[in-house]
Amino acid sequence: MFLQHLVDGILSGAIIALGAIGLSFTMKILRFANFSHSELLTWGAYFAVVFFAMAGVFGNPFAAPIAPFSFGWPLLVALVFSAVSTSVLALVLHRLVYRRLSRTAGHMTMVFASFGVALLLRNFVLLIFGADPIYYSTALQFAIRLPGGIRVMPDQVFLLGLTVVIVIALHLFMTRSRTGISMRAVSENPDLARVSGVNTDTIIAWVWVIGASGAAIAGVLYGLTVQLRPELGFALILPLFAAAILGGTGSLYGAVIGGLVVGISENLSVMVIPSTYKPAVPFLLILAVLYFRPEGLFGERNT
Amino acid sequence: MSAHLLEATGIVAGYRPDLPILHGIALYVDEGEVVTIIGPNGAGKSTFVKAVAGLVGITAGRVTIDGRDVTGRPAHRLAGEGVGFVPQTGNVFTTLTIQENLVVGGSALPRAEAVRRTDQVLSIYPALASRRSEKAGVLSGGQRQMLAIARALLTQPRLIMLDEPTAGLSPMAAAELFTLIRDLVKDGAGVLMVEQNAKAALRMSDRGYVLAEGENRIDGRAADLLANPEIGEIFLGVRPGTAKAEGG
Repeated sequence: MFLQHLVDGILSGAIIALGAIGLSFTMKILRFANFSHSELLTWGAYFAVVFFAMAGVFGNPFAAPIAPFSFGWPLLVALVFSAVSTSVLALVLHRLVYRRLSRTAGHMTMVFASFGVALLLRNFVLLIFGADPIYYSTALQFAIRLPGGIRVMPDQVFLLGLTVVIVIALHLFMTRSRTGISMRAVSENPDLARVSGVNTDTIIAWVWVIGASGAAIAGVLYGLTVQLRPELGFALILPLFAAAILGGTGSLYGAVIGGLVVGISENLSVMVIPSTYKPAVPFLLILAVLYFRPEGLFGERNT
Repeated sequence: MSAHLLEATGIVAGYRPDLPILHGIALYVDEGEVVTIIGPNGAGKSTFVKAVAGLVGITAGRVTIDGRDVTGRPAHRLAGEGVGFVPQTGNVFTTLTIQENLVVGGSALPRAEAVRRTDQVLSIYPALASRRSEKAGVLSGGQRQMLAIARALLTQPRLIMLDEPTAGLSPMAAAELFTLIRDLVKDGAGVLMVEQNAKAALRMSDRGYVLAEGENRIDGRAADLLANPEIGEIFLGVRPGTAKAEGG
């Protein structure tokens, strides 16, 4: 039972990690807590629905699944479509709201604006797609039995594998590419980055694209295992913040480890407390981190 | 008459447009000279170099580099147009390696050119080359200044501005740094430096400016400023008649 909860925690932690990477970067580089970030997961998940609807013109996107998964190649294309569309949405929000406010208003104004943006985004989903749950696929999927009595769905294994690939790709981007290194530089000292020749507007656009793409992919992958509802992202807001704060804002590995810790803690908690109290676990984690190690596990202190 | 390397006229600037700190500063720097700005705390020395570097908004006045008007140009573009700036605090990216600091310093250059210039700069500073994969946060104050200058030199700037480069350094490290700064102008670059260590800075400078309350007060040859009792009295905390004696 313990092992099953642990594996379930790792799987849900992977989704939280993907979403938290973008949140962590925006908190560090854009210097505000973006409460609308979780809505990008919802939009990412629903953009895939739009893609499937368009692809449906040419046939059922799930008609030829890649065994043993429940989905076929269209899902992989949908991930790209969703990441691009969500990035465009994030850049539009940045241009219309956050960039404008960052020039004239303080951080708290940005935070409250993000609450407003989150409400708008959530209700637009409700308006466009309705309140009824949507499924990517209604096909039955059989769990794989692993040693120790652990059962996992093939789609969940794909989710975990893709998360690992994305984290490795992001690691290489942040450490090997000039844009990635500049992003870390802007995160530490924006003024020094500017006088060094870094165009911070371009870097900020990259932050939105990476954050929104991660959120979109997390949204679609989450949609594989649950039903799509307009509150999909909202339900993850606390775990996302807990992961970003626990890991230390601006840290790629921090967000990943933070996501896994939150996911595992939530799932293991049901062994000792009623499952209705499960949402309180990330909140307790936030309190504990802020009390004992405010910079987070991987947060770098400037020396 | 050829234009000055840097010429600033009537600069009004501040962190808020309605609250200017500088009230019409005028200053110039020519090729091959070291110019130092001194003055009491709150005189606007750092604000001035930040304004020229594009970090502080200029509400009135004009800045030219080689006669080209660059007033209000974004900092990242100035870096590509021959202006190098080493801030007083936070002059290196402590969480990045030495190599990565230099990669960021070459942001305004084409990729291949940045690699070539990085190798060139590291050959000038072998102490950095041997530690290129170490985090800049582990460097001493003097080594950080060296890295900060190396980073600023990557774009081969014509004008290098340093904000209190010897702050927090030992007298020996400060003397080494001044030698390094003197070397910078040998190839024709100009250096504009803000310094609290006024006497030592003026001794290695060609000219100097004294600012107070955001305005020009006195300027001239560095040697003349050192001998000026008025400056000793007002800005250097030295009584008239003792300035020369304490100048050693």
